Amino acid sequence: MALVDIHNLTRIFDVSKPWLNRVVERREKSYLTAVSDVSFEIAERSVYALVGESGSGKSTIGKMLVGLLGPSSGAVEIRGIDLARESDAAKIDAVRRDIQMIFQDPFASLNPRWRVRDIIVEPVAARGGDTDGMAERLLEQVGLSARDAGKFPHEFSGGQRQRICIARALASEPKLIVCDEPTSALDVSVQAQVLNLMSDLKDTFGLTYLFISHDLTVVQHMADRIGVLYLGRLVEEADPDALFDDPKHPYSQMLLAAAPQLDSFGRDVPPPTGEIPDPINPPTGCAYHPRCPLAAEICSQKRPEMREIRGARVACHMAE
Amino acid sequence: MTPILSIRDLTVEIPTRHGILRPVSGVSYDIAAGEILGVVGESGAGKSMAGNAVIGLLSPPAHIAQGEIHVNGARIDHLEGDAMRRLRGKEIGMVFQDPLTSLNPLLRIGDQLTETMLAHLDISRSEADRRAVAALEEVGIPGAAERVGSYPHEFSGGMRQRVVIALALCAEPSLIIADEPTTALDVSVQAQIIALLKKLCRERGTAVMLITHDMGVIAEAADRVAVMYAGQLAELGPVRDVLTAPHHPYTDGLMGSTPLASRGKDRLHQIPGAMPRLDALPEGCAFHPRCPYVQDACRVSPGPRIEDGAGRAACLFPMTREAVA
Repeated sequence: MALVDIHNLTRIFDVSKPWLNRVVERREKSYLTAVSDVSFEIAERSVYALVGESGSGKSTIGKMLVGLLGPSSGAVEIRGIDLARESDAAKIDAVRRDIQMIFQDPFASLNPRWRVRDIIVEPVAARGGDTDGMAERLLEQVGLSARDAGKFPHEFSGGQRQRICIARALASEPKLIVCDEPTSALDVSVQAQVLNLMSDLKDTFGLTYLFISHDLTVVQHMADRIGVLYLGRLVEEADPDALFDDPKHPYSQMLLAAAPQLDSFGRDVPPPTGEIPDPINPPTGCAYHPRCPLAAEICSQKRPEMREIRGARVACHMAE
Repeated sequence: MTPILSIRDLTVEIPTRHGILRPVSGVSYDIAAGEILGVVGESGAGKSMAGNAVIGLLSPPAHIAQGEIHVNGARIDHLEGDAMRRLRGKEIGMVFQDPLTSLNPLLRIGDQLTETMLAHLDISRSEADRRAVAALEEVGIPGAAERVGSYPHEFSGGMRQRVVIALALCAEPSLIIADEPTTALDVSVQAQIIALLKKLCRERGTAVMLITHDMGVIAEAADRVAVMYAGQLAELGPVRDVLTAPHHPYTDGLMGSTPLASRGKDRLHQIPGAMPRLDALPEGCAFHPRCPYVQDACRVSPGPRIEDGAGRAACLFPMTREAVA
């Protein structure tokens, strides 16, 4: 059974202007659909990656998974328990203990006034657990020294801080870690260190990752399964080899062609046209149809259902 | 042929209470007309600081302590005040990372363009208006004639960066310094902006200094590449040679730690440690504590410098490999 089962997940934000402005300017309420009818499963001990450009809803899904945001409709079930609807507090608590999160900016996600030791043990101390020697042990596991426990966050570089964030995420012995752009703020040589560390820890502790990133090469390196998001909709889901060798959705094809490659010297391909549409007024039918080279009449009228094509799930009327 | 930009032995110093820091130290390179030079390095390598030194935007107490900068054969590193201001925009255009902060939010973009042109070019107001529309058309803004009256907030991020590029180009400079121009943009928009920079550079013969940390962008856009480490030039050469067969162990490590399709799921190569802080540079070669091929001489001697912008690697024991054709 899958560890995480997300079905028909939708999140709508109210982005209306204040009441008085609406009355004076005669505007309707406006809503932004950040995530729209997304379904996928994450298998235990695997790395599921969500990729997409800004505004595609990947972070919103991550936040709903850890319970920082509630879904507008649909559900996130972790081991069969829906955090938003479960009434038994003990069950919710048991699931929450198993989920941790690592954020993008290691400078903003550590309290500058706390010592590293207190930061790391907080997830356990807050539940009244035994934290004796825990910070020191975790620091060594993430490649720092036990002596660092008494220091403050400002004494560390970006890569070292991200290691502290990882140590904190590991403290409550979670099963699932949601990593929201964990290496985007890091230099490439430091990124390599952090990615290797994350792979090692996954093997050691039997972790499951939801890995959110905009960087296709990083995703290809880390993921067992990849979901491609466009404007809040899942457009394609496939294994890395299938996705990178044979992308089926036109958006995935465009994204892969546009990503700069290390061996693309003097490459002169025509760049993609158009930009991501306004999510408050998304296009009708398939959200990608105004930019899509394959677009036919049906694409502007009917939103495509997910269907299986050679082991991948693709939401496209025209893909074969 | 005289290069458009020529930097020789450039050293930038910042005096502090604890001694003098050198964020840029003895750097030399040239950029020819119509050439894109990629400047790569990790944060703190001094790549932006070198660019800022060229356009005279070092914030005190940072200053050029040594070396010469020539643009179109004229020395510019000692210019100050008005002389420098005339040069900026006229001879050198700038594109920064964040398009929103490089545009004035209170001025229509058409006015920002004409203001720049009237300041630097000897043309009439109506000619400037006409050229503003042409400049926006050239960078691919749809409906340019109507959009000149729009404010920056009415554009998307990618479109704003196009406006910034139009602004940098409108006074027809011979050199453009683009500091992380695509870092804040999505991949598909990044591809559009890179294609645009390449096209303009080729058509107009503008020299471009493309500062970025993204090796993929360099591979795609640059003709030559300068790799910086701890304020020094580590390696300089044609982009294909440097990226496929690095001579400096640092470039080699940087390439190895970049995830690549062909490498599959193997562990990424790691460069141990981190770049040294400027106030604690090691003796000898700055890279030696992290270098897998370090020898005794590296701990003492800083190694050869790329003096005339023509050498390849600033390493005592460069790796010798043939470039992949």
